Amino acid sequence: MTAFQDLPPPPDYDEARDRAQRERLMAVWHTPTGWRKFSAVNNEIVGRWYALTAFGFFVFAGILALMIRTQLAVPDNDFLSMELYNQVFTMHGTVMMFLFAVPIFEAVAIMVLPEILGARDLPFPRLSAFGFWCFLIGGVFVCGSILFGAAPAGGWFMYTPLSSDPEQTGIGTDIWLLGLSFIEVASIAAAVELIVGVLKSRPPGMRLNLMPLYCWYVLVVGGMILFAFPPLIAGDLLLEMERAFDWAFFDTERGGDPLLWQHLFWIFGHPEVYIIFLPSVALVATILPTFARRPMVGYSWIVLSAVGIAFLSFGLWVHHMFTTGLPNISLSFFSAASEAVALPTGIQIFCFLATLLMGRSVGSVPMLFTGGALAIFVFGGLTGVMVALVPFDWQAHDSYFVVAHLHYTLIGGMLFPLMAGIWYWYPFATDKTMSERLGRWSFWMMFAGFNIAFLPMHWTGVMGMPRRIWTYAADTGWGPINMVSTVGAFLFAAGFAVFAWDVLRPKRNQPPTRRNPWDAGTMEWAKEVPDKPWGCRSIPLITTRYPLWEQEDIVGQIDRGEWFLPDAQEGKREMIVTDILDGRPIFVQRVSGPTYKTLLAAMFLGACFILATFKLWLAAVLCGAGFTATILWWLWTATARIPEKEEKDCGRGLRLPVYMSGNASVGWWAMFITMVGDMTAFFGLVFAYFFFWTVHPEFPPEGTRSPAFSWLTLGMVLLVAAWVLVAGARRWNGQAKTGRARAALALAGLPALSGLGALAQACLVSGLDPTRHAFDATCWVLVLWLGAHLLAGFVMLGYCVARSWAGILTPRYDADLRNSALYWDFMLATSLLVYALLALFPLLSEGGVA
Amino acid sequence: MSRRTFPQREERHDDTLAFICRFTDRRTGGPYAPRGRHAIFRLKLAPLSATLLLAGCSGPHNWLSGAGREAMRIEALFWPLLIGAGLIWTAVMTLAVVAYRTAEKGGTERQVRAYVVWGGVVFPAVVLTGLLATGLLTLRGIAAQPAAHTVAVDGEQWWWRVRYEGPEGPVVSANEIRLPRGETVRFELTSDDVIHSFWAPAIGGKMDLIPGRTTQLTLTPEKTGSWGGICAEFCGSAHAQMLFRLVVMEPEAYARWLADEARPAQATGPGLEVFLDEGCGACHSIRGTKAQGPVGPDLTHFAGRETLGAGIRPVSRTALRNWIRYPEAIKPGVRMPGYPDMPDARLDRLVDYLMALK
Repeated sequence: MTAFQDLPPPPDYDEARDRAQRERLMAVWHTPTGWRKFSAVNNEIVGRWYALTAFGFFVFAGILALMIRTQLAVPDNDFLSMELYNQVFTMHGTVMMFLFAVPIFEAVAIMVLPEILGARDLPFPRLSAFGFWCFLIGGVFVCGSILFGAAPAGGWFMYTPLSSDPEQTGIGTDIWLLGLSFIEVASIAAAVELIVGVLKSRPPGMRLNLMPLYCWYVLVVGGMILFAFPPLIAGDLLLEMERAFDWAFFDTERGGDPLLWQHLFWIFGHPEVYIIFLPSVALVATILPTFARRPMVGYSWIVLSAVGIAFLSFGLWVHHMFTTGLPNISLSFFSAASEAVALPTGIQIFCFLATLLMGRSVGSVPMLFTGGALAIFVFGGLTGVMVALVPFDWQAHDSYFVVAHLHYTLIGGMLFPLMAGIWYWYPFATDKTMSERLGRWSFWMMFAGFNIAFLPMHWTGVMGMPRRIWTYAADTGWGPINMVSTVGAFLFAAGFAVFAWDVLRPKRNQPPTRRNPWDAGTMEWAKEVPDKPWGCRSIPLITTRYPLWEQEDIVGQIDRGEWFLPDAQEGKREMIVTDILDGRPIFVQRVSGPTYKTLLAAMFLGACFILATFKLWLAAVLCGAGFTATILWWLWTATARIPEKEEKDCGRGLRLPVYMSGNASVGWWAMFITMVGDMTAFFGLVFAYFFFWTVHPEFPPEGTRSPAFSWLTLGMVLLVAAWVLVAGARRWNGQAKTGRARAALALAGLPALSGLGALAQACLVSGLDPTRHAFDATCWVLVLWLGAHLLAGFVMLGYCVARSWAGILTPRYDADLRNSALYWDFMLATSLLVYALLALFPLLSEGGVA
Repeated sequence: MSRRTFPQREERHDDTLAFICRFTDRRTGGPYAPRGRHAIFRLKLAPLSATLLLAGCSGPHNWLSGAGREAMRIEALFWPLLIGAGLIWTAVMTLAVVAYRTAEKGGTERQVRAYVVWGGVVFPAVVLTGLLATGLLTLRGIAAQPAAHTVAVDGEQWWWRVRYEGPEGPVVSANEIRLPRGETVRFELTSDDVIHSFWAPAIGGKMDLIPGRTTQLTLTPEKTGSWGGICAEFCGSAHAQMLFRLVVMEPEAYARWLADEARPAQATGPGLEVFLDEGCGACHSIRGTKAQGPVGPDLTHFAGRETLGAGIRPVSRTALRNWIRYPEAIKPGVRMPGYPDMPDARLDRLVDYLMALK
């Protein structure tokens, strides 16, 4: 790295200076104690809460699984009633997928990512905390419903029209839709945080190709969440609109189509599988080199494979729909794509095996779990190859064969590597070690229990047992084999109980571990024992993939404060933000400290969703307003503050600015990434429009007028005008024409809101009634979507005007305005698409203007 | 496992699994019970007599029953896939153990790359291409074949409405489908409420019934007997108890049966009065009577079926009495109301009548 070739040498070690620096760092990064601990936002503590909560939900869903197994152990059993069983299996799937598998990835990543990157924290610590509180509130709400017998009971993929009929599926489905949407929003927030974390908070010198593999996987999975969750949010929106307001999306009598839900669900649902799987591969890719005592073989192969899986996973969703009567050509295409995904998976596994082969392996409990994961996952992958063949799937689909297959992939591909990861990072998180003996016991009990439970299940499927049945007759012959599975399930659970005990048992008398107990090569093990809340004492220059192995005395240099940011003179929490590609330091980001505002905001938002579930609209709207106010308060007091000086000495002659706006800043990237996800949800709605267009011979249907062209065009012109004003305001503010900028910002809301009114009027004058036909409903939902976004944009404009008046937003310090303007760029794109769809597309398809 | 439900063995079979099944069926009295042939297989396989094999070859819902051409085509995929998967799994695990035990043999980057390319790319690519081709050929072989008969099946919560094309117009029945052996049948699948999935594993694969569209499935039964069918897509409360029977008959017997089925009900008696008095006719039809209800299963030839309640109880006087009195206890969620207070004498007359609807 040319930029770092002539760094001045570090100052000689001075114990007094070191002590003073450490005291200042401690004062700044100190975690609140007692009750105030709940205001903490630091990644290590939030990550720990997140992980414990996710494991809590895992235990809950595991108990549900044991209830399922008990019910199925013998034919004609009456341990559970039909109603309860249907709720139990729905909740088992839902909780495992939404409240455990994805959140635990985010929990672990929040906990270790900054340390692996040698960063002090993630760029938006309060966002992590907010995401955690949302997850906790939403999760407890969804899980709690089963105690009132009101849990969702439609299966975790909630197929319409069963789920769109409020009479058949009561409040449970609303709880599912709104509770999970709430949690999905939190998941997306965490994904934004992690993507920005990987891209912008790497240590100086860490170019993309030096990044630890773990970070690559986090980046890939974060990106997948960004593109996979939004289609489900769009689907949730459509389904809840049908349930709550009778809008016609899935009702065939009114032009809807139940398959639309399946498409939207599986466009989310299949990538979801890889969103769950890849983070665990990331753990293996981190653990394996440590115990093979050598760097991972085939770094670029692995990165390319992970990216390849991410792309392919978005082209596989139809293999969940092989039995819906699609044409053979689609079946063949998706069958081929599903087989193809085995290739990048195979490459990764062979790179791992090659690493083992070339290294000198050391045995350990994490390696035991990794080996068990390999044995289970490879088998699940092989049955996956089977069910990807359409004819085979016609037998296996929705049978216990598929239940066995998916548990082999998820438990082998996710749970076992995760246990290895917990074992591996336990000393990192707690400075203590787990018991080797208990570790082996828990592994072998879980491994044996799992295979006893799930291997026979393939045969249960071959014997024709479909999934999701609460009872079966003895003459089916399914009894004995189900009993075997049940016994295995209890053994598996007992094994996990051993593990849980080992994690939780008090270890007060155990001496702290030595530093870097596994002799690993990655940065997180540079941390001191006992733990310090600031992460890295000084942030080193990274020139290798395994700094602790390949950079001499790096730990000593870090400890002596010889590298960057060794001090906190200004009493601020600080981290270095670097360039995306080459890890060049750009500026010092001041991150925010403990607060209760995140908790308050999460409570308001949670209350808003929960009240909406019970159709208490007024109270829900009030809570929504409370949420917005809290968010504005939080942003106003903690973000984009004008620094006391322009530049800061970071040590070793590195001077960095302490404020940046635009695309150098992390806030701009967070906005950009969030809006990419937001656009993806919008595309889910666009997909709905085109889906209806393809299934209907005439769309708009006969007797329906398209939204009035003239009103749409007027609306479009007004929306473009609003965007021009916002873009102008950004420009004028930059040129110090503050008055003109304020005026433009204040005025921009006028054309925006009247443009929205014109779009709504276009639908009204054409007599579009969302409860009448899917066409009407789709047009209205597009306008509704745009409208909600314009309102949010309107609030941003007001915020910027107020900041400008208050003198916090100036020509030099304009991050808020730049981020808002970026939002409005996306609004322009959304508006143009809505216009194209509502006004221009009907011209093409029907050849006339309404 | 009860013997009653086993299909009767009608002829000699030589399909893939027969030799294993012969062994296991010796105990269960299943359709493959040995008749003195292939003793050598029995000897060799004796130690393998595990629950899995025992269970894996029996039951009315088994994929490997070899009772339909489509099921057999899929079975022909299944065994090579299973054995291949076993071999690949063993190879990968052996590699892993060897790699783990090898103490720093080294090896150049080139060797490693060759290892990854051959093991991770070339080998799986070749195998997967071959599998895909085989899978697609099989798909072409079993999807939408020209059919001699059409049967319309309409999924209801939670039973099956069946409509045959009789010589003199449609013949409506429920929860039991009779098919001629050796002839290809096209099923036209529809639903008016929610999504169901039609699955008779012994004969062939499944297909969903989706509101708003008609899906198709072709099946060619090859063995006479009574096979199991079940709804495979979760369809609400009583999904678990939405079964049907698939009875395969010789073509001549089938033709006779269909002609019979097309006739209106032959039975008479005081039970019909009870049936109409209690309002049963509001939901059920019995052709040739005033009962023309379109909601529930057609009962014209009710007693000619093997099961009641959509495949969940054998048709018998006791089962029928219980069903009429307490349907909710037998099938929670069922739409049919119970008649717990019907006097015994009245119930007897009703049951007499229904049991006479052959």
